[in-house]
Amino acid sequence: MAGGAFATLSELRAELAARRVGAVELAQACLDRIAAQAHLNAFVSTCPERALARAEAADRRIAKEGQTALVGLPFAHKDIFCVQGLPTTCASNMLADFVAPYDATVAARMDAAGAVLVGKTNMDEFAMGSSSETGHLGSVRNPWDTGRVAGGSSGGSAAAVAAGLVPAATGTDTGGSIRQPAAFCGVSGLKPTYGRVSRYGMIAFASSLDQGGPMARTAEDLRLLLACMEGRDPRDSTSADVPPTAAEATPRPLRIGIPGEYWDALGTDMGTALDAARRGIEGLGHNLAAVSLPHTRAAVAAYYVISSAEASTNLSRYDGVRYGHRASAPKDLEDLYRRSRSEGFGDEVKRRILTGAYTLSVGYYDAYYQKAQRVRRLIRQDFLDAFASVDAILAPVTPTPAFELDAMQADPTDMYRQDAFTVPASLAGLPALSVPCGQIGGLPVGMQLIGPHFAEDRLLALGEAWQRETDWHMPHPRDSRAGPEAT
Amino acid sequence: MDSETVERLLRLSALELDEDARARLVRDLGRIVALIDEMQSVDTEGVEPLAHPLDAVQPLRPDRADPKVDRAMLQQGAPATRDGLYLVPRVVE
Amino acid sequence: MSTEWESVIGLEVHVQLATESKIFSDAPVAAGGDPNSRACGVDLGLPGVLPVLNESALGMAVTFGLAVDGKIARECRFDRKNYFYPDLPKGYQISQLAEPVVSGGHLDIDLGDGRSRRIHLTRAHLEEDAGKSVHDAYAGLSGIDLNRAGTPLLEVVSEPELRSPHEAAQYFRALHSLVRALGISDGNLNEGSMRCDANVSIRPKGRKELGERTEIKNINSFRFVERALAFEIERQIGAVEAGGEVVRETRLYDAERDETRPMRGKETSEDYRYFPDPDLLPVVVTDAMLEQARARLPELPAAKRERYARDFALDDYACARLTGDPDLARYFEAVTATGVEPRQAANWVLGEVSAALNRDERDADDIPVPAEELGTLIARIDEGVISSTAARTLLATLWREGGDADAHIADSGLAQLNDDDELRRLAQEALQHHPDQADQYRAGKTKLLGFFVGQVMKASQGKANPRQVNELLRELLTGV
Repeated sequence: MAGGAFATLSELRAELAARRVGAVELAQACLDRIAAQAHLNAFVSTCPERALARAEAADRRIAKEGQTALVGLPFAHKDIFCVQGLPTTCASNMLADFVAPYDATVAARMDAAGAVLVGKTNMDEFAMGSSSETGHLGSVRNPWDTGRVAGGSSGGSAAAVAAGLVPAATGTDTGGSIRQPAAFCGVSGLKPTYGRVSRYGMIAFASSLDQGGPMARTAEDLRLLLACMEGRDPRDSTSADVPPTAAEATPRPLRIGIPGEYWDALGTDMGTALDAARRGIEGLGHNLAAVSLPHTRAAVAAYYVISSAEASTNLSRYDGVRYGHRASAPKDLEDLYRRSRSEGFGDEVKRRILTGAYTLSVGYYDAYYQKAQRVRRLIRQDFLDAFASVDAILAPVTPTPAFELDAMQADPTDMYRQDAFTVPASLAGLPALSVPCGQIGGLPVGMQLIGPHFAEDRLLALGEAWQRETDWHMPHPRDSRAGPEAT
Repeated sequence: MDSETVERLLRLSALELDEDARARLVRDLGRIVALIDEMQSVDTEGVEPLAHPLDAVQPLRPDRADPKVDRAMLQQGAPATRDGLYLVPRVVE
Repeated sequence: MSTEWESVIGLEVHVQLATESKIFSDAPVAAGGDPNSRACGVDLGLPGVLPVLNESALGMAVTFGLAVDGKIARECRFDRKNYFYPDLPKGYQISQLAEPVVSGGHLDIDLGDGRSRRIHLTRAHLEEDAGKSVHDAYAGLSGIDLNRAGTPLLEVVSEPELRSPHEAAQYFRALHSLVRALGISDGNLNEGSMRCDANVSIRPKGRKELGERTEIKNINSFRFVERALAFEIERQIGAVEAGGEVVRETRLYDAERDETRPMRGKETSEDYRYFPDPDLLPVVVTDAMLEQARARLPELPAAKRERYARDFALDDYACARLTGDPDLARYFEAVTATGVEPRQAANWVLGEVSAALNRDERDADDIPVPAEELGTLIARIDEGVISSTAARTLLATLWREGGDADAHIADSGLAQLNDDDELRRLAQEALQHHPDQADQYRAGKTKLLGFFVGQVMKASQGKANPRQVNELLRELLTGV
């Protein structure tokens, strides 16, 4: 790619504006790299014809009016966003042949901003997972070590950006699905405030938690992407009517909270890496203060109850009748439902559906679903209390760097516990930024900045300042080849 | 978590599993329930359930109809249709 | 000694709200149409789509709540009711379980002979309708049409206070009149705009505890409610008296066989796993919305009935019929506004006009004869210009061809024959043609007067003024 496969969006904008490179050239370079790095399994599909046609249009637009917004910039959508006329699979056998008949609001907005979609990225099936191993096309590989996971569920997007296949991608985050793979792959990712980005056309996992957001190399690029993705959408009842995120940061000294419940849980390596980050933040002129988020330990449990309950009914629509996988020669209606769904969904999705049915069923609703919602209020209150005295909270994203493929398969709850640092902000609906802050054994490590509702601007400003002073976002993995561990 | 409960959940969820998978599921769901039970020790006396992270109110849509429904496009990927109807094995009422 | 039984009945009536678009999508609400031509992506439950509440549907529910004097929840919410069925695209129905928009309230029902009873409502809540299955088109298959999916419904639930099938039917009628008067439903029973589920149980008279109940689903006419319940109550009594018991189940009413039978497709003890729909937020009814609904509240059927009885001196039957249909009431009032006698206006509206509406399957908002023209016809009868018979013919002409009543009277030659000399000539002719009958009359068989009136009417082609003819004949027959 001209400007290098690892150029940022901001750099590419400058290149396009100066006519040193064209949008067609950029799109083609992305498509070539995606093909060359196919063993990463980062993509479910590409759309070369659409991409090149849109890139040509972008070049004409740039020639006429110069480069604005995202015009001419190549990117990928997580394969959870509906794009009219393109396959939208959610990495599920259930939707393996589904071609979306409409555009997600985010897809329409990215199109309107002139960005050039080159393909759709791999993920955990229906976004249920933390490793991008559950999709019907198999595991996404971490570009830093193809024997390891890319994280999930937006693992394809994270791996694609990290490996220089695209400069940016969309993701979705329900309990950490943008932040955790960003951390595992050494890229930047933002989970916006719940309601900031429209969920219309983003295939639902857990409606009260799902939030789309950007993934890119830098916080500066995230800001650029967020500006195009965000905004009130009359088609999404839960989308918020709030002022847009500022185009530029206004840096000021901030009070940064350090939650003991997170930091005390860290192992030695991770603790050392995060301590360095903490000192680095202080070095930027911000003041650190201890805060307490006392209900943190109940967050994973509450999260799995709520997300599974919502998922169990969100996925009832996949019945083999109007779209999606249908079992052959059903002998009756029951058989049609049971076989279509059992053949269409993978094991993890089934586990979540059944867990959700359990927590909502007669006799269990109060003890599980309602209880989890009460815990959810306490967790949100913890944050609101903390934000009375601090402007943002600094926390780890993950307990460890990227783990090995299949390492968490024996017991599903091992995987669930990986989300301990990301689910609290999800339950509270807060914006949270994940940016690289170090490495352990050659694998990237991320830190998380959590802000009050709709304080994305503040988080991005912190991230931008951090990335001006550090270069943890700069290193990138060497191109890998399909090795014996990645068959 | 026992096989009877799993059977009931499978029926409610319109799913089926073979014997092996069912045994694994009994085990996995047992572990998951143990995990989610970790919240039971939290004192939630007097705490209202929170269904949504923002204290927002339902926006209302003006009552205007858009008559454009592109059935052909909506049914393009449908597994079985005839005369514009979706086909299913006979429904008994 | 045989036990005396009483029945306990509660009705759940689904009222289709008269909105332009669906409750959670912008697809049009309309009967008919090609299959699935009015089901958009939201109605189909496509992956990724989301519901947004229709403000009119909420407004109509609030209007209803005010009209029945119920409590309007200032904050309510929507829940998901989960079950699999092919006409339910998402695998759940969006409804309101825990926090309905309206709770409480009451409706007065007419028991006939001037008595009425107050029936209390449990609640009224908003929900989306399902689609429908087409069974007979394809061998071994059903076709699913989702045009109706997402149509807004207000489910009105009564307390189990109805004591007889007749009361249940009267309750259904009262509710029908009310929603029509409020303009929140077209109340079209044939098209399923109002469908009723009836819960019924029996118990020995005087006992407090309720017996096991059955639910009869999807009854769509006043008459069927009464008949289905009558059958079901008899069946339950029969079962219990034969030493059996009533099983809690859902039953269907088969109008052709006039019986209820258990529904096979649905399990009765389903676990619906209700929970708040996370795609929708708490719904707030603002002061402004309440004020707006209150201001738009029309005169309600009960009040209108009282006014008709008081101001127009109409009997119970006429009051009930006219106020039962707001469009018919509006027409009636427009006819009386032309200055004609109200009881006469009511006779015409409930007689000729209603019969013609029935014949043509038209609704009362679609009466082709302007009220002013019917008023003119009635006035011309009073003035003696035309006979009632002629007026009926003229109304039929106006109904068919439109136009002006007086012009039709002039053109048709149906103006009444009032000319005394001409009438006397016709009467004399009648006597001359039937001397035997004239003699018999004079011999005391005065019933034959009618015969002679008929002869004169016939000779005048119905135009003779009957009052005048009567007088003339009596004079001629006795005066000779």
